[in-house]
Amino acid sequence: MNLNPWLLLLIPLLSSLTIWWLLSATKSAVAAWFSTVSSVACLLIVIGLNQAEELGAYAFNWIEIDNLVLSIGLMLDSTALKMMLIVTGIGTLVNLFSTIYMAKDEHAARYYASLSLFLFSMTGIVLADNFIMMFIFWELVGLSSYLLIGHWFTKDSAANAAKKAFLMNRIGDFGFLIGILLVWVMAGTFHFDQLATMLQDKPAQIASLGAITLACLFCGALGKSAQFPLHTWLADAMEGPTPVSALIHAATMVAAGIYMLFRFQLSLGHDIAEMIFHTWAGTMIAYLGAATAVIAALCALAQSDIKKILAYSTLSQLGYMVMAIGLGFKGGEAAMFHLYTHAWFKALLFLGAGAIIYRCHHQQDIWKMGGLAKRMPITALCFIIGSAALMAIPIVTSGSYSKEQILEVVHHENIILFWVAIFVASLTVFYTLRLVIVVFSGFSRNDDSSDAKEAPIAMLVPLIILAVLAIISGLPKIAKILAPAYHEHPIVFNFVFISSTIAILIGAIAAFIIYKGKQREPLYLPVLKKAFGFDFLYEVFLVRWIQRFMAGLCQVIDQFLISAVIVNGLARLTAYIGQGLRQMHRGQLALYHLLLSAGMVVLIYLFVFA
Amino acid sequence: MTSLNVLLLFAALLFCVGLLGILIRRSLIVILMCLELMLAAAMLNLVAFNRYHLDETGLPATSLSIFIFFIIAVAAAEAALGLAIVTAIYKQKKNLNLNELNSLRDC
Repeated sequence: MNLNPWLLLLIPLLSSLTIWWLLSATKSAVAAWFSTVSSVACLLIVIGLNQAEELGAYAFNWIEIDNLVLSIGLMLDSTALKMMLIVTGIGTLVNLFSTIYMAKDEHAARYYASLSLFLFSMTGIVLADNFIMMFIFWELVGLSSYLLIGHWFTKDSAANAAKKAFLMNRIGDFGFLIGILLVWVMAGTFHFDQLATMLQDKPAQIASLGAITLACLFCGALGKSAQFPLHTWLADAMEGPTPVSALIHAATMVAAGIYMLFRFQLSLGHDIAEMIFHTWAGTMIAYLGAATAVIAALCALAQSDIKKILAYSTLSQLGYMVMAIGLGFKGGEAAMFHLYTHAWFKALLFLGAGAIIYRCHHQQDIWKMGGLAKRMPITALCFIIGSAALMAIPIVTSGSYSKEQILEVVHHENIILFWVAIFVASLTVFYTLRLVIVVFSGFSRNDDSSDAKEAPIAMLVPLIILAVLAIISGLPKIAKILAPAYHEHPIVFNFVFISSTIAILIGAIAAFIIYKGKQREPLYLPVLKKAFGFDFLYEVFLVRWIQRFMAGLCQVIDQFLISAVIVNGLARLTAYIGQGLRQMHRGQLALYHLLLSAGMVVLIYLFVFA
Repeated sequence: MTSLNVLLLFAALLFCVGLLGILIRRSLIVILMCLELMLAAAMLNLVAFNRYHLDETGLPATSLSIFIFFIIAVAAAEAALGLAIVTAIYKQKKNLNLNELNSLRDC
């Protein structure tokens, strides 16, 4: 089968434009199916490409200035194509899920247009063959994320969350852009497949610029993958529709930061990557990732909104990946593997949460749910499978394989981070079990959840598919086919395995003791509930001061320059000149005559004697 | 025969008398008369130049004297016009004092 890879970009783009311009007036169901069919088409193409023997896509040069060549081309290596499997696979399932979830929304056409736009931009990031093209699509992803978070923009909180996500991402992207330019300074190319060869004989450049380049590139990941200190946007982004949270804010977009760093690592080649990542920059990345993992896991303990709990757990898992990738090449592979398993089970959890929210009259507070295992058994089963994968229950879930690999690398590289990771693993189990126990066991605590029934079939199909993947995707045989950059890593019953298992057990026992049969939140953790008050701190120390500074600057320019000098100044000058000239016009003929004569005398003097 | 300088000095004196008259006097009639005086001074200048500027045949140049007649004619017309304006103003305002003829002034 001879498929043109460019179709992967064209189909979602055309779908988005068609829905935007042609279908926005029609019934949303048409837009829904249009979008779903286009994503299925993409998925089929990706599957076809994954089986193809030889791949090549037409690339054209966009800008050529001297030795600066910017091309628009596709990178079709196995990592990219398998990443595309995740993107289009989850994209398709989310589209299918949305047909029910968004059925009653009047503006669903806009939603599907943005969803297709997201698929287009994410494909661009994954398949980009140079940094500049990646950056363009990187920004487009930010745009579609903005549109989707702010889908219900009539709610203030949604509009603000969208704005916050966009601004936070822009802060990170600024650093990313500098990083890209530094790549150019260091290597003289933006192309991934030329980086290694260009850098081969430039050890001096690598030594002087490698670390700072990596740190700047990491800024991009800091924003997009919501790492500390730019992590606060992700929890707010839960204002968007739940399927979107599954696709963008759990499985794919937030993983783009990890993917970008791994792509950088991959194109540098093993040796140079080890050189650049084993500097202060790599260590900083690892520690920031670990910090995010701990902070987010602690925050997740105290949330009562089901989506926020999942959002913080996403942050925590992303922290895991970033920590691993900061530790070098082996860590990068482990991070990609975790990205892959995490994408499936976190999408499953979010879609499960979406089904629950859908059946509980859009109630999101877990303390107002309860006893849902009896009312929606299949959804509950899928959700619990997803939770098990998130907890990384050994052997039987996919999450355990990838997490084990990360822990293995971290244990080998940095023992402090290893214990942090073990601590986070324990916390993960604790808050996940808390969520499961409170939502599914006991009796319903609120009218919203008392009449919940099993989710409709179009929701269950994606859930079941994802649940199966959440179990089997970590198995070496499956992972070899599906996972990007996978290297077989058998589970060994060593120190790492035993300590992580003990951590899981401790977390599980603690969660059972504290939350079993409780009707209200038994722990009082205001600091964690407020997520350590980062929003408050940013508000007080950054936003307010920046706004004051800008307001002051505007005031000075407006009041003193524009108003006082330009507008009023000119008016006064004209008035003064007028007043002076008016003194001469007093209606006295003799005065006019005197002036005339004096003028004549002066003129005569000038002409005759001067 | 008087010299050119004496004539020119006399003309300048006449001109200054007219100028001063215009600056100092308030009556429109007197100002009109002073205006004529200044014009006469200018004509006197021309006459003097005509008298002392001889062409190659030894006779005074005729081109300048023709100008004098022109100016006399223009001055007569101007005087008639000026007197007409003065009469018209007097008819309307019953007053020829310059200091009080300032209705165009705004303050």
